[in-house]
Amino acid sequence: MQTSLAKKIAIYLGAALLALVIALPVLWLFIMSISSSTHLTTLPLEWWPDSPTLENYRSLLIYAENTPSQSFLYAIRNSIFIALAATGLSICAAIPAAYSFSRMPGPRRKNLLYAVIAIFMLPPVALVLPLYTVMSALGLLNTHFALIVVYCSILLPFATWLLKSNFDTIPGDLDEAPIIDGANRLQAIWYVILPIARPALGAAVMMSVLLSWDEFFYGLLFTNDIRSKTITVAIADLAAGRVADYGLISAAGILAAVPPVILAFFMQKTLVSGLASGSVKG
Amino acid sequence: MITHRKTVTAWLLLTPMIVMILGVSGYPLIKTIYFSMTGAKLVAPDLTDSWVWFHNYVRALSSANFREAIWHTTYFAVISVGAEVVIGVMVALLLNEVFVGRTLLRAMLILPLALPTVVNAMMWRLIYNPDFGALNALLVQLGMLDAYRSWLGDPATALDMVIIADVWKNFPLVALIALAALQTVPRDLYEAATLDGAGMWNRFWRITLPAIMGPLSVALVLRTIEAFKVFDIIYVMTRGGPASSTKTVSFYVYQEAFAYMRVGSGASYALIVVLISACLIAGYMYLIRKHGEA
Repeated sequence: MQTSLAKKIAIYLGAALLALVIALPVLWLFIMSISSSTHLTTLPLEWWPDSPTLENYRSLLIYAENTPSQSFLYAIRNSIFIALAATGLSICAAIPAAYSFSRMPGPRRKNLLYAVIAIFMLPPVALVLPLYTVMSALGLLNTHFALIVVYCSILLPFATWLLKSNFDTIPGDLDEAPIIDGANRLQAIWYVILPIARPALGAAVMMSVLLSWDEFFYGLLFTNDIRSKTITVAIADLAAGRVADYGLISAAGILAAVPPVILAFFMQKTLVSGLASGSVKG
Repeated sequence: MITHRKTVTAWLLLTPMIVMILGVSGYPLIKTIYFSMTGAKLVAPDLTDSWVWFHNYVRALSSANFREAIWHTTYFAVISVGAEVVIGVMVALLLNEVFVGRTLLRAMLILPLALPTVVNAMMWRLIYNPDFGALNALLVQLGMLDAYRSWLGDPATALDMVIIADVWKNFPLVALIALAALQTVPRDLYEAATLDGAGMWNRFWRITLPAIMGPLSVALVLRTIEAFKVFDIIYVMTRGGPASSTKTVSFYVYQEAFAYMRVGSGASYALIVVLISACLIAGYMYLIRKHGEA
């Protein structure tokens, strides 16, 4: 097909507009993060700081007690720990479940799969009150454990669903053969299925980490001090604080976004195909 | 015998998941239903139990504030998801063309998606800031605005400004799903249609849209379900204000249960949200059964 000049111009205009729309807000967040708060509150607003500074990053990343860096660094630590533990726990339960859904279909298990997907979509407000009262009765508020367990209600259905649709694409003969030879199901999963499904497993792990890194609702309600506060809650605190140090807030935002953005760029291909196939197939 | 053993194994493999799901989702859901029919308070939920049957529901549905919250949520969901789908499809069509920089642009789409929701909300809050925000500065310096405005402080604009922030983060998801679908449409279909004299508009409605309709409708329902749960962006940007103009149902439940400590009525609000979500989830299930089994 011949592309006319007018169409070409329209395409490049559209592309430029799209690039601007995506880049400008984030670029401005970055510029704010390397500006001093006095510069940002000078009117009229200048778009580039005369003396860019890394001071905001330094005051977040260099540990000192009773400063923003203390709660920020603790929050990063809590988020990493909670995300990894919740992901680990969910994936361990999701693998055999996904295998069962994929390999041993039966009408009742199929309905169970739909129930699992439905749970993933339930609004957290439906579960939060009993979870809160139980955690509070057991003295588990403000612990990592509480959030790890609760995040499983989000990650586990999601991971099961993603892995199930991937296991479906692996030919059944591959794992039936060793079972006929006397291996058990767990061995078949471990030695045959998992090596083949490694990319999907990686995607499930990374997307679970992204989901827990992003979680805010439970984190807000179940934690209120540096022992267990997650990064999203720490950011919300900063944004709501009376001290309007826009530079510092922006730097915190940039730092909190770095891990998930790197992870997402790293797994771009899997992410996109996961989104596309995961959303189409049950 | 063998099939019997296989069934047992199948259920055994499911056990860890079932136990965990029942523990973190099944039990709480049932307990929420129980709470919703009591006058439980957060201070001592089990001590203040008093059975009130459907009183909480009746009160919820007759509360003008709650109905307003449902309206805000519906408005938020319809406008933001609508905009995400329209923009997403336009972007997908653009990225389906061949041009220099296409790969880069595609990679850039990941950025809003990966940005944590709370960071996105905070970023837009700073941009909208009434005194030092970039939006005011930009519009005034371009001469498009006479004086600084309080974008989030004005009940007339607050919800729309939150919607813009939500659309910015989520249109890439729709775009990527639509783009993946577009790339499966054979090129010669368009060539044939062009030879038959079909214009651009016709080609879009007759070929493109039907081809991407399946994945697109799934994306639409998924986004709608997410939009109905909306909480974090509201919490960070406006806390439901000004004058309740951005209060959505999730935020309403949160306030009722945790600020006013009325667990019982909070639970009834939550379950009304669940009922609305359940209708949407049912729609989603219908779509994946229809499109996913092929």
